[in-house]
Amino acid sequence: MSNTTAAALERPTTGPGSGFGVYNMKLGMWVFLLSEVMFFTALIGAYIILRFTNPGHFAEPGVVLNVPLTAANTFILICSSVTMVKAFAEIEAGNQRGLRMYLAATALLGILFLGVQAYEYSKLVHEGFVPAAEFYAALGRDGAGAVEGGPLYGATFYTMTGFHGAHVTIGVLCLLFTTVMAFRGRYTAANHGGVEIMGLYWHFVDLVWIILFTIVYLI
Amino acid sequence: MSVDAQAQEAHAGAGAGHHEEIPWLRRYVFSSDHKVIGIQFLFMSLFFLVVGGLLAMAMRWQIAWPSSQEMPLPGGGMLPDVMVTDGIMLPEFYNALVTMHGTIMVFFAIMPLLVAVWANYLIPLQIGAEDMAFPRLNMASFWLAAPAGILMLASFWVVGGAANAGWTAYAPLSVSEVYSGVKLGQQLWCLSLIILGFSSLMGAVNYITTVINMRAPGLTWFRLPLSVWGLTVTSVLVLLAVPVLAGGLIMMFFDITIGTSFFQPEGGGQPLLWQHLFWFFGHPEVYILILPAMGFVSDVIANGARKPVFGYHAMVWAIVAIGFIGWVVWGHHMFMSGMTPVLGGFFMVSTLIIAVPSAIKTFNWLGTLWGGNIRFHTPMLWALGFVSLFVIGGLSGIFLAAAPVDIPLHDTYFVVAHIHYVLVGGSLFGIFSAITFWFPKMFGRMMNEGLGKLHFALTFIFFNATFFPMHMLGSGGMMRRLYDPTQYPHLQPQQDTNVFITVCALLLFASQLILVVNFFWSLFRGKRAPENPWQANSLEWSAPSPPPHGNWGGRLPAVHRGPYEYSHPERESDYWLQTDPTGAAPAPAPTTSGG
Repeated sequence: MSNTTAAALERPTTGPGSGFGVYNMKLGMWVFLLSEVMFFTALIGAYIILRFTNPGHFAEPGVVLNVPLTAANTFILICSSVTMVKAFAEIEAGNQRGLRMYLAATALLGILFLGVQAYEYSKLVHEGFVPAAEFYAALGRDGAGAVEGGPLYGATFYTMTGFHGAHVTIGVLCLLFTTVMAFRGRYTAANHGGVEIMGLYWHFVDLVWIILFTIVYLI
Repeated sequence: MSVDAQAQEAHAGAGAGHHEEIPWLRRYVFSSDHKVIGIQFLFMSLFFLVVGGLLAMAMRWQIAWPSSQEMPLPGGGMLPDVMVTDGIMLPEFYNALVTMHGTIMVFFAIMPLLVAVWANYLIPLQIGAEDMAFPRLNMASFWLAAPAGILMLASFWVVGGAANAGWTAYAPLSVSEVYSGVKLGQQLWCLSLIILGFSSLMGAVNYITTVINMRAPGLTWFRLPLSVWGLTVTSVLVLLAVPVLAGGLIMMFFDITIGTSFFQPEGGGQPLLWQHLFWFFGHPEVYILILPAMGFVSDVIANGARKPVFGYHAMVWAIVAIGFIGWVVWGHHMFMSGMTPVLGGFFMVSTLIIAVPSAIKTFNWLGTLWGGNIRFHTPMLWALGFVSLFVIGGLSGIFLAAAPVDIPLHDTYFVVAHIHYVLVGGSLFGIFSAITFWFPKMFGRMMNEGLGKLHFALTFIFFNATFFPMHMLGSGGMMRRLYDPTQYPHLQPQQDTNVFITVCALLLFASQLILVVNFFWSLFRGKRAPENPWQANSLEWSAPSPPPHGNWGGRLPAVHRGPYEYSHPERESDYWLQTDPTGAAPAPAPTTSGG
């Protein structure tokens, strides 16, 4: 069976003349990403509804959340999309060294993003910005007053950014796997479906972050 | 690359099993063969169908003889005291029964019986593929569904019992232990459905990719059997609706577990938000539960009537239209929720509009039957039962879609009658039609026609005797999910009806034993099935019964025409296999005339 899957991955087109001329793995990834869009739509939609109906629960941009830090983190993620594109371009040209370098760079940037997010979370929790309604703002800020906003702020923030973070984590694990495969010479100029679908997923995760950053941090 | 070479290549990849023996465990348990996975889903979901039925029987017993010492629940003594004490069923347990009956039937019985079983089994066979696009993903889909089911059942035995906030799990009842007395049970309910959702998503990605990319040479979109159309549109609905439910379930899980307040008003949350998320999933889900059945029934009716499906293109577009409109009707579940009446008006109109494609399908089935030389084989009987009962369920649906009518009928037994007419009379009859129709292909043996017809007759009679009177109960004001109707003076005159319904429900359940006997007897002792016992046209009937690993022995079938060329005027035989190359010059699209 693994041969079939591998063959489906390698072959640029399958199916005798039917279909959209896209190989199975790529089509499957697009279809999967459609469902991911709906998942994040549910989370973002809930956030919009809760924020409109309870404006008092949400602080002005930049008061609770550290916008400059996250802007830098957004930049890191966007850079990782660039390196991902470069990796794909390198293998299309048949350049193994370039592929390995850019894939590893993408994975490292992803890890860096997660690290910054972990730092941000720990700092926020320390300031009393937590998801649980009961404990929201109960801990208080070091020296300063209690954190602004209400429990819905914490709940929606951690749910949306947390699930995005989980997606990045999965992406990083897949990137590490792809990088290892690249070092083993798995991809060639003719056969690099694995790199392409990895890129699709990674760009999707990046795109979702840009939306989240805008609506959670900036407005 | 030529078609044949490609087929050979695919064969070389998939066909290792032809030459070397696959170990038993990988062949029947951890198999990636779409047929084995379909059959695994079949056994799993039939098991859950029985469990869900038993739960319903216990509920009916309580409604007919509420908390009665003279008529204690049979077997109630075996249940722990937190469920049944001194022969009396506790209200909390009754609520858990209501919840789990709905949840198990919708998510673990009907949904897999319609989608997972037949999408897995039929899609590759009907489109002429050797297997799914992602066979191992397919296997993972089953091996996520099974533990999800175990988790759901296990929740009966945890502290506090199973979830008891209804299958719709309305907040804040569901998210607050203070109101429902259940915490762990509701958490398991959320987790189980999230895991099942993953399983459904894997399936949907697989089905959609497979249908788009792996159709046999010559099999254009408008030569697909309507079963494939129904399953494909359903897969799109699953793909887009399930993640929304997953989002809602995750928020609910967080509310219960880490104390967020998405749906808890005291923390600023919105109970109505859960309803919107749930029904945004829930109404496409209703069509997930009927579109595949519509497809199977179309295939069976054309076969039984020996005529092309009347209006094939209209049938396809009706499926697609239902798939689209199904996204904008969810608010009709919420007329009474405090949602603004302006929105209610919109949802009422959109819901009435969706009756149009449904009616197109119904009239086309009648058009297919018209003037046909009908063969009343068992699958055909189920299909005819489907059409008649779906019409009743559809019409009561139009009652409920009208907001002014829904206001008094909301949350009464009228709604219970409606849902069961479409879910049992519709979906389940369609499932039985499919099981009896494709059983010979699945297991290589025929089912017993006599037993099959007896099963159909008894089920049809007792189904109507059980659920039709519920319309009257509901109009008379009997609330759904009611623990003890005798506590309300205005319901006492109807108590005899409740006893009648319970007796009929027990007989309905007992009638299903015939299917169990027929199923297992035929599995081992049934007459050997030929390749094409129903003289049908679609591709699966060109494969051996049961089809081998890889389905086509290494050569993909070539398709020359649509699947409904029955009783073609220029042919002696009244069926014409899609693979039959004779007289196939430039193959015409399926005819849309009634012939």
